[in-house]
Amino acid sequence: MSAEADQVDGGRRHFLLVATSAVGAVGAAATAVPFLASWRPSARAKAMGGPVEVDISKLQVGELMKVEWRGQAIYVVRRSQDMLAKLAANKGNLRDPDSVESEQPEFAKNEARALKPEYLVLVGVCTHLGCAPLGKFEPADATVAADWPGGFYCPCHGSKFDLAGRVFKDVPAPLNLTVPPYSFGPNNTLIVGVDTGAA
Amino acid sequence: MSADTHNKVGTTGLLGWIDARFPLTKMMREHVTEYYAPKNFNFWYYFGSLALVVLILQIVSGIFLTMNYKPSAEGAFASVEYIMRDVDWGWLIRYMHSTGASAFFIVVYLHMFRGLIYGSYKTPRELLWIFGMLIYLCLMAEAFMGYLLPWGNMSYWGAQVITSLFGAIPYVGTSLLEWIRGDYYISDITLNRFFALHVIALPLALVFLVVAHILALHEVGSNNPDGVEIKKNKGADGKPLDGIPFHPYYTVKDLMGFVAFAIVFALIVFFAPTVGGYFLEAANFDPANRLQTPEHIAPVWYFTPYYAILRAIPDKLFGVIGMGAGVLIFFFLPWLDRSPVKSIRYRGGLYKTFVAIFVVSFLMLGYLGLNPATTTNTYLSRLFSLLYFGFFLLMPWYTKADKTRPVPDRVTFDAH
Repeated sequence: MSAEADQVDGGRRHFLLVATSAVGAVGAAATAVPFLASWRPSARAKAMGGPVEVDISKLQVGELMKVEWRGQAIYVVRRSQDMLAKLAANKGNLRDPDSVESEQPEFAKNEARALKPEYLVLVGVCTHLGCAPLGKFEPADATVAADWPGGFYCPCHGSKFDLAGRVFKDVPAPLNLTVPPYSFGPNNTLIVGVDTGAA
Repeated sequence: MSADTHNKVGTTGLLGWIDARFPLTKMMREHVTEYYAPKNFNFWYYFGSLALVVLILQIVSGIFLTMNYKPSAEGAFASVEYIMRDVDWGWLIRYMHSTGASAFFIVVYLHMFRGLIYGSYKTPRELLWIFGMLIYLCLMAEAFMGYLLPWGNMSYWGAQVITSLFGAIPYVGTSLLEWIRGDYYISDITLNRFFALHVIALPLALVFLVVAHILALHEVGSNNPDGVEIKKNKGADGKPLDGIPFHPYYTVKDLMGFVAFAIVFALIVFFAPTVGGYFLEAANFDPANRLQTPEHIAPVWYFTPYYAILRAIPDKLFGVIGMGAGVLIFFFLPWLDRSPVKSIRYRGGLYKTFVAIFVVSFLMLGYLGLNPATTTNTYLSRLFSLLYFGFFLLMPWYTKADKTRPVPDRVTFDAH
């Protein structure tokens, strides 16, 4: 052992090593934050995701209208009294009939999943893997099933939803179709993206 | 020559000058001219070097594609059309790149299968296998992100479906999804970031992993069809008795393999670049339309076995977990296999049966993943998913119970 080695304060060296490494690690983690955060939707992307106003005065009973909001198709369906009356019959075949786990504004947590039962407003994106479900409103549609009550059918993986966008049992989609926040404006307009909680 | 510029490898002249300053000759000897590989390599040993060739092809053709490609939702689809129609030889460069993607997976799957049947993942090659698996993961990410870039409708919906898999994760799913996409949907922002990852981040990681894979290989030495460690039998000169220098023996052999590969590759590029929709899907000749899902969304063939597993499970979260597990389970092969022998040549019927089941399951899942999810197909997917996982999960049992044959001391080899 040289004289120099005898003079080494091991404890002090160890402390400095740990302290330097710890400060360095914190610095590296802090530097990573801006890089990772830069991946979040930008201010422009958020602004572009603002509310959309649409005129629904020309929508006929039993018709589907597609509106674009945040790059997603928003389905607006004007349901007949008959369609609404048949919703209750589906209850036993649904995975989440009362929309407990599904995503919707508070006002749509009901059987019709709507603010005004006549108008069904849904995000047209399958809750399974994001395909666009097709409107198959006629009962017993041969392209879906003989006992089909009418609703939405996803052509990608065969998920089925009723006329309130509620998912049937034994299909891959886990949840009901999402209801976006929306409200009704003056002159028969629908505003997608703003939830005032009232008709 | 002065003492401080004298080099240890005994070279002179320009090479001597370099060797005194950079280990050029030393590296060449270690990795090429004096890397001793077993002399009994067979057909299955072409695919490692072919994978390297395809990597280089993809990097070179990719660099030239970026010179005309525009990574924006506005310009991407049109710029690909421009490359195909207006750029001199642009069609060739693009078809080489698109065919190269599928070729990459073909050679990598065959390369992995070689490792599987000859037990090349077993001690001391576990880390070599893990580096290989990391390359495979990187390659999957690279292929997935590259597929979005042409901004065709299948590009768009494929990315939509695969990114939404992250949405299945409880609690953080939605914010994670927005973070990955950088928007509320697959948009120009997503395209631009996938482009950055596809052309810079992932290729860098791939090259780094390939170097690590080769360094690990040269550290432990190559396995061979007999699964015999050639380092156990060394001659008086310290070289393995069953080893031959990689160069010129295997460089020449691999060149032969490359020629055969290049013929098939050229036939596809020139005469059938879409391969009937398997290499380039028909729906991708339409520009991305976020309000219109293609009739039938299927990933490109190399992902379909895992896609079939995803669809087989009637629950989103478990489907995603099953799909991920289907890929990641390969990492554990070195520890699942309890057999005392490496190569299939000395294993018993039990192991061979399970390998056959695995091959059939993988191919069937691949076929089912390409086709619509009818009721029959879903049940078949479930059956083959079970068999697929059975191959791995029962491995500790059947590799131990299997009747193996004694492994010879030296490799079996017929001089031609």
